[in-house]
Amino acid sequence: MADEIKIGAYICKGCGLGERLGEAQLPMIAEREAKAHVVKEHDFLCNAEGVAMIQADIDNEGVNRVAICACSRRAKTEAFNFENVAITRANLREGVIWARPDTDEARETTHEMAADYVRMAVAEARFQKPPAANAEAAYNNQILVVGGGVSGMTSAIEAAKAGYSVTIVEKGAQLGGHTAGFYKRIPDKAPYKDPVPTGVEEMILAVGADNKITVHLNSTVTKTDGSPGRFSVDISTESGSTSTETFGSIIQASGFTPYDANKLPELAYDKSKDVVTQSELEALAKAANGGPIKRPSDGKEVSSVIFVQCAGQRSNEEGHLPYCSGHCCLTSIKQAMYFKDANPSIDANVIYTDLRTPGAGGEDFYRSGQEKGVTFTKGKVSSVLIGDQLTVKFQDLILAQESAEQADLVVLATGMVANSGVDIDALPKPDKEDGTVEVSIPVESILNLTYRQGPDLPHLKHGFNDSHFICFPYETRRTGIYTTGPVRRPMDILQAKEDATGAALKAIQAIENSGKGRAAHPRSGDLSFPSFRREGCTQCKRCTVECPFGAIDEDEQRYPVFNESRCRRCGTCMGACPVRVISFENYSVETVGQQLKSVDIPEEFDEKPRILVLACENDAYPALDMAGMNRHEYSAFARIIPVRCLGSTNLVWITDAMNSGYDGVILMGCQKGENYQCHFVKGSEMAHYRMSKVDDTLKSLSLEGERVATYEVAITDSERVAQLINDMAATIEKIGMSPFKF
Amino acid sequence: MVDAVATNQTIVVVGGGIAGLTAALEAAECGKDVILIEKSPAVGGRISRLYKYFPKLCVPSCGLEINLRRLKANKNIRLITLAEVSQVSGEAGNYSLSVSVKPRFVTENCTACGDCATALETNDYSDEHNYGMSKRKGAYLPHNMAYPQRYVIDPAMIGSDDANKAKAACQYNAIDLDMQEQTLELKAGAIIWATGWKPYDAAKIQPYGYDRYENVITSVEFERMMDPYGPTGGKLVRPSDGKEAKNVAFIQCAGSRDENHLRHCSRICCMASLKQTTYVREQYGDEGKSSVYYIDIRAIDRIDDFYQNVQADENVTFVKSKVASITLDKASGDPVLNGVNTEGYHRYSNAHDLVVLAVGMEPSVPKEAFPVEVKLNENGFIEQDDSNGAIFAAGCASDALDVNRAVQNATASALRAIQVVNRVAGMEG
Repeated sequence: MADEIKIGAYICKGCGLGERLGEAQLPMIAEREAKAHVVKEHDFLCNAEGVAMIQADIDNEGVNRVAICACSRRAKTEAFNFENVAITRANLREGVIWARPDTDEARETTHEMAADYVRMAVAEARFQKPPAANAEAAYNNQILVVGGGVSGMTSAIEAAKAGYSVTIVEKGAQLGGHTAGFYKRIPDKAPYKDPVPTGVEEMILAVGADNKITVHLNSTVTKTDGSPGRFSVDISTESGSTSTETFGSIIQASGFTPYDANKLPELAYDKSKDVVTQSELEALAKAANGGPIKRPSDGKEVSSVIFVQCAGQRSNEEGHLPYCSGHCCLTSIKQAMYFKDANPSIDANVIYTDLRTPGAGGEDFYRSGQEKGVTFTKGKVSSVLIGDQLTVKFQDLILAQESAEQADLVVLATGMVANSGVDIDALPKPDKEDGTVEVSIPVESILNLTYRQGPDLPHLKHGFNDSHFICFPYETRRTGIYTTGPVRRPMDILQAKEDATGAALKAIQAIENSGKGRAAHPRSGDLSFPSFRREGCTQCKRCTVECPFGAIDEDEQRYPVFNESRCRRCGTCMGACPVRVISFENYSVETVGQQLKSVDIPEEFDEKPRILVLACENDAYPALDMAGMNRHEYSAFARIIPVRCLGSTNLVWITDAMNSGYDGVILMGCQKGENYQCHFVKGSEMAHYRMSKVDDTLKSLSLEGERVATYEVAITDSERVAQLINDMAATIEKIGMSPFKF
Repeated sequence: MVDAVATNQTIVVVGGGIAGLTAALEAAECGKDVILIEKSPAVGGRISRLYKYFPKLCVPSCGLEINLRRLKANKNIRLITLAEVSQVSGEAGNYSLSVSVKPRFVTENCTACGDCATALETNDYSDEHNYGMSKRKGAYLPHNMAYPQRYVIDPAMIGSDDANKAKAACQYNAIDLDMQEQTLELKAGAIIWATGWKPYDAAKIQPYGYDRYENVITSVEFERMMDPYGPTGGKLVRPSDGKEAKNVAFIQCAGSRDENHLRHCSRICCMASLKQTTYVREQYGDEGKSSVYYIDIRAIDRIDDFYQNVQADENVTFVKSKVASITLDKASGDPVLNGVNTEGYHRYSNAHDLVVLAVGMEPSVPKEAFPVEVKLNENGFIEQDDSNGAIFAAGCASDALDVNRAVQNATASALRAIQVVNRVAGMEG
């Protein structure tokens, strides 16, 4: 019973479908051609009665595949939400009647379009299985936090407060990171006037007192294996002993290294002890503990201090940091206050180009600095000269002239460099067999992942492990491993604490999801996962190379090893596989292939071409829906199939389409390249790459290259997607029909 | 009918903008029971009215679509639209909320077929989605991405012939003109307050003449002009005469960093204006000129390169100046900006086709209107404080934040709420 496929096709007549498609004989097509077992029509399928009708068939008739022939799969999801059955949708509303004119001459082709979508929905249903949760799923409520600074400690404390156990691995001899050396921090509460204690001692005590938190000092992670729910991690101490522990998820809070001010010879850091960095100033202030701050060279009490903002930052000069570190303006204001609060007669001047003190707290703190008599000079420092006193030379941008000012002490606001480990994109590609010279890796790995794709998380930009997605700031390309704090993007203590709290949530979520075999973002909750037919596999390794998330390893015989809980279910592996052995229960080469083959291909002299559109379900498909909603008409010859990601597009779909007489194929994916919009990072790019080689295939069939077009499409391109389809229809009219019609 | 069974293990999220949506989804995807309350007929908030995000210049509906799919797929979240919290009592782990739900006059039977709107002939109502720059019908879907995808009847239309016309057009018995406001009583263990921001009222900045000059608009209105479905059909044209706006001035800190208006820096406006200079270029190419009048350009942290790229654009001029006043050149309709460029102290009187005020972010809920006592700073943002119990701010209710930071902050807030409900559930060891 359970294995018997019983397809119910339900055809809605509401929203004008009945009027427009009444004569298209859809029930007959569903039953006689598509061979659905149960076929029913309803005037208003999404209302309670229509839904109850379907549910009754599931309960009483054993229907386990439901083809809803009504509106778009994006509409009425609350209504068509049946448990334990596979559901497919024929988009007759947005995709047919709304995209086509209601005219006599359009009627026949519109009917054919609807009929094909019914055939496709039933065909897809036949080849789908309702996904069952991954058997590999494991629940492990232990979180590994790598790094014991403010970010790492915050993640640990916050996760523990929610009931999870945490292990902190800290490389140094104590917790607290850079902050432990700070005198005070920027305030986080009104009235935002004065620096406040860092609170780091309290945090260290809280970590120590929490029986859910274990701390390994002088330790590093020497091996990370496994996947969410079952990470196996080697923790090694400086003395050489190693223990192996298992974790559900990982937070990487490996922090930052201060930029090496020796790279700024013009600012005399290497020549004078009285030119210090912001972190060195913290140490001086801490030593002074509210008393007079003394200059390092001779211990004289500082009576004048100049802060040089953006020292080696926001600069494209060789060796400088091109970015802004975000915190330094507020930090310099805070440090200027150290002097002013101790003795208001000390001159403290901040030389800046843009003062960046955002938010409610930032601006008030800046104002407080002004009230305390800190001077702010808009200028660009060119050099620091040594002498009895230090001389800071700068271009005064307000007076538009060269200026110079003397001071006892100069503080350089240098930037943050992320401790993000090995830049795996700079590693030699292991599958190059041209005797590639081993590139020496100048940095130590943070995580030492055993993953096929390298030992650390991919860097985004400037060495930071940030997410590329504005809407999803915690997304990394290694499932169940989240970065937080200044390794993610430059940030100060307060931001790091917020950030680390959010990262703790994501780590908890990864534990809960992997425990139930559910996918992580963006297909959250998806229970399907890829499997492969070992006997057909040629060990070509394309799937392991192309997986954007490093989910697939290789075994000793070079067969792929799918780590399901690392997988995001995009199907890029399925698209990559030349022998088509990779599939998901509810999404496979077959589920799409059978849809496109179920389309009725008219004979050549009918002059009714067929255009296959493979549209990414994330952006292109909604854009097509909105084309319909806004009545941007497109050719009735298009047959649109949503795909999980364009990266899942297997070349066989193109050759199948061409061989079965389609006249054109359009692929619509998300933006690729530097500012990629692909939700699966590399999927769209991979698809574009594969399609760039489709010409050879077409040539072997003696077909024109114009018959296959690949586009990057945004969700807002509703007018454009309609145009792209119409363009292809025009192209086919020009070059003629495919000769492959049988 | 709104089904709203809630317990003291429920997390109530107030506000369905990007922060509230995120907080709700992140908590629900940890397995928690969430009720999401949204004041307007659809979720998405301010971001659904933006053309593009900085720094990637990607479209906000891309991420919204993913979030909507998460929302549709997650049975742990119940969404209540047109709802506002009127009262909160109790304490952490045990709150009671009164929520008033305004009538939509459209039931769940609605298929979003649009027949009700088609039946109406004229656009009689100010379209809030377009900040009142255009009119819409009295039966409407707020926008293309609106979720729930269900029409709304404007309450002002009730009692009119048009209302009956709309009702008569509906074949699905989805319009109920007698629907009444109702009050729900909810329990909650923790409350996430994600009520967001509103643009500062530009008319209060008298010297800029927003209320007097048609060609002085706000940054949020400028965003709407770029939407192909927006009030100008996606064209950057000036309101007075429809002339192409090829010479656009952006005035930074319009209402922000100003003791007379908002004391705080609204953080996003510099990046927003830099982004909007790219719109001018996108539309008019080399003919499109932008001038940015600024105090400091705050392109903070790794996105500073966006600023560097805009600086490298010859068609964008930067003037370090707080603009003193705007006057009108009556003949041309051009607004004229008057002030002093503090870099070298040069006086200027510059005419532009259109002026965009980069208006600041003000908390949506005025200080005195909070239905519950929480610690607010002078600017009206919610401070994190133990005295707030289990009421946690998320997104721009906590500070002026960009989308990325609002989402990050909302994720943190979701954990804070989970800590409380887990404690209630006795999960703590």
